[in-house]
Amino acid sequence: MTELQTTPAQNSAGDTARTAASDATPLTGSPLVKRGLADMLKGGVIMDVVTAEQARIAEDAGAVAVMALERVPADIRAQGGVARMSDPDLIEGIQAAVSIPVMAKVRIGHFVEAQVLEHLKVDYIDESEVLSPADYVNHIDKQRFTVPFVCGATNLGEALRRLAEGAAMIRSKGEAGTGDVSEATKHIRTIRGQIAELQALYRISPDALYVKAKELAASYDIVLEVARTGKLPVVLFTAGGVATPADAAMMMQLGADGVFVGSGIFKSGNPAARAQAIVKATAYFDDPEKIAEASRGLGEAMVGINVGDLPAPHRLAERGW
Amino acid sequence: MSSAPRVGVLALQGGVAEHAAMLRELGAEPVLVKTAEQLAGLDAIVLPGGESSTVDRLLRLFGLREPLRDAVLGGLPTLGTCAGLILLASGIEDPAPGQQSLEVLDVTVARNAFGPQTASEEVALAWGGGGDVVRAAFIRAPAVTRVGEGVEVLARHRGAVVAVASGAVVGISFHPELTGETTVHRHLLSLVAARRRLPA
Repeated sequence: MTELQTTPAQNSAGDTARTAASDATPLTGSPLVKRGLADMLKGGVIMDVVTAEQARIAEDAGAVAVMALERVPADIRAQGGVARMSDPDLIEGIQAAVSIPVMAKVRIGHFVEAQVLEHLKVDYIDESEVLSPADYVNHIDKQRFTVPFVCGATNLGEALRRLAEGAAMIRSKGEAGTGDVSEATKHIRTIRGQIAELQALYRISPDALYVKAKELAASYDIVLEVARTGKLPVVLFTAGGVATPADAAMMMQLGADGVFVGSGIFKSGNPAARAQAIVKATAYFDDPEKIAEASRGLGEAMVGINVGDLPAPHRLAERGW
Repeated sequence: MSSAPRVGVLALQGGVAEHAAMLRELGAEPVLVKTAEQLAGLDAIVLPGGESSTVDRLLRLFGLREPLRDAVLGGLPTLGTCAGLILLASGIEDPAPGQQSLEVLDVTVARNAFGPQTASEEVALAWGGGGDVVRAAFIRAPAVTRVGEGVEVLARHRGAVVAVASGAVVGISFHPELTGETTVHRHLLSLVAARRRLPA
């Protein structure tokens, strides 16, 4: 598989704990700087945008970053067909329009789309189940890239496998393009619950962590680290179905570090007002008075689809493993 | 007299937890600040990294800009890192539309001055004039492009000014809280100690 990947390994140390320490060699693409950008996005809202105009609205509303794509998940769902990386012209148009970080999506396993986005100097790549997978066996070897990656997960094992591949940020998947927050709730609760379980085992029965690692299909070392610290070693955002300020605040109260909002903003009646309201509710997620204030007079939320009404083949969260 | 200094960390958005953890490690009591009331009784404050345009917007939307500005102008020892440096600056060369700053440190800054995320890097940086070296992470970092009168330059990186101080206000482009570098935070706590020694 490696001979197929022509990207030179720019940081061959990968995810080992290599730091600049006292030597004078600058270090780009290290795990610390990849994860560090995600650290600076905490408490913030990352918004899907399909035009430069939408990107400016998002920036003006207080988004910490934008996700540049051709179709929001609700439209991918409605229109069907194969969903792929966006046109470089579209991505560059959005990069030129805003000063906040710009992210873009590649198909699961499509390392050449990732090489293209790295060349375009996007700030983060989302290896996303919202697009059609390009490889049903392998995800991208993300350690080979200088640009950081965010990946989706529905449970802790999936999150830890993505970390082993070099992901520098995790988002719970939810069910994109539905406006139904129930799957996002399920996934963040599952991941947080599994972390709490590991933490408890570490205290009372650490020898059981070997079998846990096997069950989670993740390396023992990373399972041990999560059990010891009680958290992922990277930032954990939530995605997939957030449509209101209260949705965003609930994700934060459930332990998310921040939220992605896809179709929820630009498929609503008043995108600028709703975008700013979600930013406010995310920052003051534990203050019902401010969430109430932010929720007033926003007009129509996206119409949405109940996840229960979606036939199984149309559930995006089941893509990736 | 020798109680742990209460150090606020502006907690609207960004790398808040890392600063709080480092302050606790150094014996200070971190206080997360999201409202004007929480500014009361602080011995110092940290403005962390994050997205400067987002933090500026939230400060103004929730009426926190003026009380915070008054506190810093009143002599509260203050450390701004990355986005926090941008907030402190008297001018921003390339603001997001409508973006403002607190205008409490007489410098002009350029946002994201070293390039996109692929140019973000960890480096060892000469700090101050005493031969100290700090481990620094620059992440889509700003740079100081104009240094006002009486503002001291503490560090440079790739030819640009990346750390400055004026009175009790310190602004740096990089993230010591990510590399575990304590030099800058210890400097902030020394400013607290110096202020406590002054007659009331």
